This record gives sequence, C-alpha cells and structure tokens, in this order.
Amino acid sequence: MISKNFTIINPTGFHVRPTKAFVQVASEFPCKINVTNKGKTVNGKSSLSMLTLGIASQDEITLEIDGEKEEEAMEHLGHLLTQIYE
Amino acid sequence: MKLDIKGIAASPGLAVAQVYVYHSNEYIPAESRIEQPELEVKRLQTAINEVKQELEIIRASTEERLGADKAEIFEGHLMIAEDPDLIDGIIEKIKEDSVNAEFALYEVSKSFIEVLSQMDNEYLRERVADVRDVCNQIMNRLRGVEQQGLSTLTGEYIVISEDLSPSDTAKLNLESVKGFVTEIGGRTSHSAIMARSLGIPAIVGAGKDLRQIKSGEWAILDATEGTLLVNPSPDELANFTEKKSSYDQRQAELAQWVNRRTISADDHHVELAANIGKLEDVQKALDNGAEAIGLFRTEFLYMGRSTLPSEEEQFNSYKYVLEKMQNKPVVIRTLDIGGDKELPYLDLPKESNPFLGQRALRLCLERPDIFRTQLRALLRASRYGNLKIMFPMIAVLSELREAKQLLSEERSKLEAEGVELAEYIEVGMMIEVPAAAISADLFAKEVDFFSIGTNDLIQYTMAADRMNETVSYLYQPCHPSILRLIRMVIEAARKEGKWVGMCGEMAGDETAIPFLLGLGLHEFSMSAGSILRARELIGSLSKKEWDVHTDQAMTLASQDEIQAFVRNHQQGGAIL
Repeated sequence: MISKNFTIINPTGFHVRPTKAFVQVASEFPCKINVTNKGKTVNGKSSLSMLTLGIASQDEITLEIDGEKEEEAMEHLGHLLTQIYE
Repeated sequence: MKLDIKGIAASPGLAVAQVYVYHSNEYIPAESRIEQPELEVKRLQTAINEVKQELEIIRASTEERLGADKAEIFEGHLMIAEDPDLIDGIIEKIKEDSVNAEFALYEVSKSFIEVLSQMDNEYLRERVADVRDVCNQIMNRLRGVEQQGLSTLTGEYIVISEDLSPSDTAKLNLESVKGFVTEIGGRTSHSAIMARSLGIPAIVGAGKDLRQIKSGEWAILDATEGTLLVNPSPDELANFTEKKSSYDQRQAELAQWVNRRTISADDHHVELAANIGKLEDVQKALDNGAEAIGLFRTEFLYMGRSTLPSEEEQFNSYKYVLEKMQNKPVVIRTLDIGGDKELPYLDLPKESNPFLGQRALRLCLERPDIFRTQLRALLRASRYGNLKIMFPMIAVLSELREAKQLLSEERSKLEAEGVELAEYIEVGMMIEVPAAAISADLFAKEVDFFSIGTNDLIQYTMAADRMNETVSYLYQPCHPSILRLIRMVIEAARKEGKWVGMCGEMAGDETAIPFLLGLGLHEFSMSAGSILRARELIGSLSKKEWDVHTDQAMTLASQDEIQAFVRNHQQGGAIL
C-alpha cells in the first residue's frame, strides 16, 4: 500500500471535469484507490463519491493506493490531481 | 393576475408568448418486498443500459449542435449512470433488503443527493441536478413511463419550471420554446449555460413567485433585464413589441461583425482586443470577435486564496489562455496588486496613500521572489502562443530596466535548464502615470509597445481619486489634458516604430473612439461585450477625416466641448 499527499491547484476545485478524468483513469487500474479530503475517505473510482468530498482549490488530498500497479496508478492520478482544468 | 417577477438574466433576449408550466416529475416509489432479487437486479440493469444508450444519443446530438464542451454535461451524466458506488449501492440494497429496484434506487440516490446538497460550494450543490436528472431517467425506465418531455411541445411558449435539467434543456423544441424561466439556479447552472449556447432567452433564480403562474397565461420575458411580466396590459405589450423589434434588428446588425477584421471606412486597420480577468473570459472574448487579448489581469490568480500561486499553477493558466487564443496576441500584465487590491496573506504594511504607494511593479521589484516566479511561468508558457509581457505602473526608466533585467535573468536560467521558450517575446509597459506619458519618448526606445491604462492615468493626471464621489466630476476621459497626454504617447511611440494600445474603459467609449482612431491608436482593448459595437462604429469612420477633426478638437478647452464636437461630426454635423 502506498500513500501520498497532493495540493489541488485548479482554481475551481475538483468539479465534474477533473473528477471525470480522475475516475476514468482510476477505473483502468486493478488496484484499490482511496481518496481522502478533510478526514473523509471515498472510493476513487466513483465520481459521485468523489464529488461528495467537495474538493476545493488548495485542499490537500491524500491518495492511498493498494494492489497491482499501485506505483503507476499513483503517478498518473497524482498528475491529474495537480493539473489545471480551467 | 398581473405579476412582475425579477430574476437573474442568464441568457439575453426578449420574447412574448403563452406560459407553459413544466413539472419535472419527482416520483416517490412505494417499498415492496420481492421474492427474486436477481430478477430485480436484471430489471435495474436493463433500465440503466437503456438510459445510457439514450444519453449517448443526446450527447452526440448536443456535440453536433452546440460543440464538444456543451456535450460534456452528458458525458458527466453517463458517468453517473455508470458510477460504481451508486449502482453497486442500489444492487446491494435490492439484494440485502429484498426490495424493489425503484425503492432501492430512490433511497440510494437520495443519500447522495442529500450529501451533495449540503456542500458549501455552489457549483457542487448544482450537480445535485445532474444526479437527480439521471436517477429520474432510470426511474422512468423502470416504471415504463415515457419521459414527459419538452420536445413534443407545439405552438409558442415561455416555459416556466422549478428547474430544467440538462436533458430537459437539450431536448427543448426551439421552434416552440421561445424562452424559459426557472425558480432556482444561478448564472453558472447548466440550464443557464445551455440557454446561452442555444441562444434562447432565459431567466433563472426567479423565486417562488413563479408558482402563481398558470399554463396559458400570457407573459413578456425580458431576459436582457431579467424580468417576467405576466398578463401585461395592452400598453405594455405595445411597448414591448417596439423594444423587441429594435432589439432584434440591433442583434442582427451586430452579429455580422463577429468574424471580421476591424477596418475603418477608408481601410485603416486597428486591432480590437478584449480585457480579461478570468480564464473563462477567453471564450467570451472569442465569441465576441476579439482579435487579441489586450489585457490579461493576472491578479485573479493571486486573489481569494491564502497563499501565493505556484509557478506551475501560473504556467498552466497562461498556457491555457495562449492556446485558446490560437496565436492571436495575448498581452499578459504582471501582478498589479496594492492600491484598492489587497492580498491579505502578503501582510503588507498599511500605507496612508495606497494609490501613491508601493503597488504593482513597485511591489514586484521589492519582492523579486514573487516577481521571478511569475516571470518564469510566463516565459515557460511563451511557446504556446503569441505572448506579450506588460509591466504596470512604471514611473521612471530605472523601474523598467530593472524589470527587464529580471526577465532576462530568468530567461537565461530557463535556457540553461534546457526549457524551450519563444524566441522573441515583446515586452511593453502600461502608461498610467503622467511621468511615463510625458517621458514616453524615452521609454519608447526601450519597449516594444505601450498600453495606455486610462483609469489610472486620468486619476493621477487630475489628482482625483476615482472612488471619491465628491471629486468624481474630475474623472474626465476626454479632457484636453488627457487627450494631449495620449497624443504625446502615440507620437513618441510612432517615432520609434512601436505600437500603442489602450486597455482602460476609454477604449470602448463611443465618444472617445473616433478621437483615438484619429490619434493613431493601434489597439483598442475593452470588455468583450463592447467589441462588436466598437467594430461597427470604426467601420463607419474615416481615419483620414478624423486625423483632421482630431487636430481641430485638440484646440478645444473642455471635455464638454470636445464631446459635443465628436458627436456633431459622428452625425455629420457642422464643424464648430
């Protein structure tokens, strides 16, 4: 199991478009992916659950990945968390 | 009953028609025990698959009609229809509690809707509508109910509803729906965005008063003002008809200017550019036919947050604007903070005269850590478009030289790091301090362009705080002193072969435009909404004639005289 923190810089937080990109990539990986914001943890493969985290700009997110290809998933998903979408 | 309702003007336009009250049905299913949960799960999966197929069709047709970005709403809906936590949650509930699929769907979706509704972010709260929309569609399939749609309406109507879901809006029959008004929603809700792209008048957030309106009543929808007048009097109807016909005519006239170059009647080209402050303004600039971004205020990247933006964050924002403008010029102004714009997290000392204090470039030179980060981000973004860098609030040459020195140091560092940059980036400065205007000949030798910031230039030249009402009469863009300064700046630049833009309110002022054209201003940068009117106006003016008129106007003694002179000549009146 690996875990890493990322700061969201997209000015409007992590809304539908970034969430969509994140969930799409997350769903391609066989491993278990958990996303934590402000103490709440959800399944990173569910866009609805991701939206309930209410991730805003400058929030610090913890990504916890467990299973096959976890390193690769961390690299891809970490990049998506710190990207600007608009 | 006569009603006068006010809401948020979400998409401009005018309409008069009968009202159609649309209820997007929320169905509350009864709980029933079932014997074979597997069959119920199958029923659910069939319903979901059908909804997904239909969403795919709407997505494709929306993409064709309105473009890929609007179709994204339905990609989002498809994701909801495939969401593992939602779907698995419903299946689990069916199996564990042995309940019908309708009830399980209702319960599970309700729990998501409740959480999202409580979010303190307006954008996310609005996504509740998406979840509701998709779950309603699945529910209708499960029940075998044809979705009550707005696609089959015939006749002409203004649709009134609590809210319109994206799929409702996408299916609107535009032949028949002349506009809509919703009880809830804001300027960024899906229905508002869709209305703007469909070009249909809409008011959102009009409140509970809408519930008093019945289908079949007549109403006047004025979505330029955000008002709905129900059961208008004959006089009001007559006034409206007049307003509508002149509005339609004006819109048609303006629309033809979108994709044209800006050329005066005697074939002199100037550039019409947009001022932007946020990334989403770029699209609006393009929609309104901007030939360039004449001013990108970078302050928004620094404001409304608790720390400085990182280099990466800035780089991504600059790159976004440059790419979106597809090689059209983009003038990015370096951080202009101080004065009335504060950044609490910098904890700057209070000044007794902040407008005459350590603001804009003065602050950046004092805090090179902040400035260098921005310059690096700008340099790195430069290869993604046609970037021009502009320094604000320069009064003396040494400030310009120091800023250019820092820029060149950062360029060398990046080059040493092997980062690919644009070969040449034009560097310019704002002319907003009288000292810079008066010495424009000296500055012109050391920059590629000037952009005249009239708001500050007027304030400093007249020594009158533009926020102070008691001296606001001194805020006179067309005062001889201001026009003379502008002329000095343009002439000084011309001698050195440099170009001059203007990025204050004055550039979009219809009284000032003929004058500025006569003076030889190259680029006019204004709010996007003013561009088409300005293009039309410039197309009606002769540059050669205004060369002469401008010289004459320069001899006049006051703003009033000058404005009267311009108006007279615009209307072909006699020379004073």
